[in-house]
Amino acid sequence: MKIVVCVKQVPDSAASLVAENGQASWGDAPLVINPWDEYAVEAALNMGGDVTVMSMGGEDAKEALKHALAMGCKEAVLISDDALANVDTQGTAKVLAAAIQKVGDVNMAFFGRQAIDGDAGITPAQTARVLGWSALTLAASINVDGSKVTVERSVEEGRQTVSAELPAVLSLVKEYGEPRYPSFMGIRKASRAVVPVWSLADLGIEAPVPVVEFTETLNPPARDVSVEMIEGGSPAEIAEKLADKIMAEKIL
Amino acid sequence: MKTWVYIDHFKGEAVAASWEAIGAAKALGGDVTAVLLGAGAEALANAAFEYGADEVVLGDDSALADFRVENYATALSALVSNATPNLLLFPTTSRGRELAGMVAIDLNTGVLVDVVAMELDGEKVVATRPIYAGKLLEKTVCNASPQIVTLRGRAFAKPEATAGATGTITKVDVNAGDEKSTVEGYAEAGGGVSLTDAGVIVSGGRGVSNNPNLTAPDGMSDEEAEVWRAQQGFALITDLASTLGAAVGASRAAVDANYIPYANQVGQTGKVVSPDLYIANGISGAIQHIAGMRNSKVIVAINKDADAPIFKSARYGVVGDLFEIVPALNEAMKAKLGK
Ligand SMILES: Cc1cc2nc3c(=O)[nH]c(=O)nc-3n(C[C@H](O)[C@H](O)[C@H](O)COP(=O)(O)OP(=O)(O)OC[C@H]3O[C@@H](n4cnc5c(N)ncnc54)[C@H](O)[C@@H]3O)c2cc1C
Ligand SMILES: Nc1ncnc2c1ncn2[C@@H]1O[C@H](COP(=O)(O)O)[C@@H](O)[C@H]1O
Repeated sequence: MKIVVCVKQVPDSAASLVAENGQASWGDAPLVINPWDEYAVEAALNMGGDVTVMSMGGEDAKEALKHALAMGCKEAVLISDDALANVDTQGTAKVLAAAIQKVGDVNMAFFGRQAIDGDAGITPAQTARVLGWSALTLAASINVDGSKVTVERSVEEGRQTVSAELPAVLSLVKEYGEPRYPSFMGIRKASRAVVPVWSLADLGIEAPVPVVEFTETLNPPARDVSVEMIEGGSPAEIAEKLADKIMAEKIL
Repeated sequence: MKTWVYIDHFKGEAVAASWEAIGAAKALGGDVTAVLLGAGAEALANAAFEYGADEVVLGDDSALADFRVENYATALSALVSNATPNLLLFPTTSRGRELAGMVAIDLNTGVLVDVVAMELDGEKVVATRPIYAGKLLEKTVCNASPQIVTLRGRAFAKPEATAGATGTITKVDVNAGDEKSTVEGYAEAGGGVSLTDAGVIVSGGRGVSNNPNLTAPDGMSDEEAEVWRAQQGFALITDLASTLGAAVGASRAAVDANYIPYANQVGQTGKVVSPDLYIANGISGAIQHIAGMRNSKVIVAINKDADAPIFKSARYGVVGDLFEIVPALNEAMKAKLGK
């Protein structure tokens, strides 16, 4: 079984973000592996076999790759090219698909459900489409039997069981189970790892032309956040006052 | 402007955000065509007219009985490339999102995902979408045709239905392509109102297990006793939720401690919700939780700790024990609502 897992480097989920000069700024908050992608790494490692972790991004994306190496991935590759500066999800899918092809003989490509920076959640389906593979997204459990993979998908209406022939693209949700922590040995090994960098020329593709353009990044409108504290001599009295306030909002 | 709206449906019922998308399309002006794909999807055509569609394109085919994104994408891409609408709208459901993404690959265009506002600049849609779980907003455009946009549920008003409205139904042949995958089965989620559609949400956090007066049955480990106490707490929350016709939400701490399934988690790595009323009980208000519910119209926080950060996001706050306040609030609301 040959597996690729795609991970992205994103600002920590605890970061406060502000728009500065039309750009997102997270101050000195650290960049980390996208939390959803840790589930993908966990699932990939549990399949048994060789796992290659890949990320498209700048030099700093190597940190996300090293986290995945420390968790137990065998190889890592960074896809980096100045021509990818304004890439959109369509472009990302084309680049990742080309890189998955370059790895060669891949049976399954694992993704997180969504990157917590852009919150798009469509790169897995789009990459599958470029590859012409089945997209088994939002997987909560995975079962491989020969050349057939069956997943339980976690969707709005419940759990859907879907099967497909390999190769396939999978994206993982939290119900899959907690990702492992990197071991001490893993961290040591990862810190010494030299991560190869592939350019677009190495992939043999042209830079994808971005079709989605971001014209502006804004702070959300300031909300009226002044809180009115409800007090009273007894829970019943407080509840009565609060219920009046809720009714007065005319939303029920 | 020629707009197509994809009507997302499950088991014969349309997802409400599909009708919201028709309303959003009408607001932009021009011709609005609703696209219905599926086996037996014709039943939804009348509703599409009632919510304002001028025309319905209907691809009714047994090959589309189960929603599999690959087949739907092949069928839809072919229809769209023939009819050349300028704009293709989807509701942001997991189906809508992925279908939009695949159609964009097929047609060499792009998707603006989970959009909450749209305005027109000529024939170009300038869309606003939340990023970083709503900590920021981004304005974005698609420089190819058709422009593909998925709309967040509840972000656009659902149009008033005009009873008896009709229009032209154009039946089309669909080519669903080779089957890539098979739906083997379905297990429906356990009842209750869905979080993302909910107008009211009552949520519980780690505080829901914190009642020293509750004594767990003998023989339980500490962890089991904590979960047992949390179940008593969530029972109060569920009672209030059912009085209000609300969905039940939770913080990640409550989910991680196995008080309640992950499907109920609100936040950056759970569901992002925007109800009219959000009642947070025993939730401290970590940034990842706030990110998921900050767009609620009215936020009520009930917490023992007067310094809990949740009060900074709330409209109304009560410093108190949720085990006392929540049942009292349930009684008060029952009386007001005549229940
Ligand atoms: C990558 C990442 C992603 C995350 N994603 C999410 C997410 O999607 N959603 C999310 O919620 N969190 C998320 N978190 C976790 C988040 O940081 C917090 O840890 C979590 O929200 C805390 O949950 P809580 O408020 O229930 O628990 P706590 O912070 O422990 O707060 C419990 C609160 O209950 C109050 N309390 C206790 N007893 C009572 C009582 N009897 N009556 C009234 N009040 C009482 C306490 O005063 C306290 O304020 C994420 C964290 C990380 C690192
Ligand atoms: N630049 C990238 N490099 C590697 N994987 C990525 C990248 N962007 C997105 N992905 C993968 O696609 C998933 C969904 O991303 P998105 O569609 O951007 O929300 C992520 O969880 C990653 O697994």
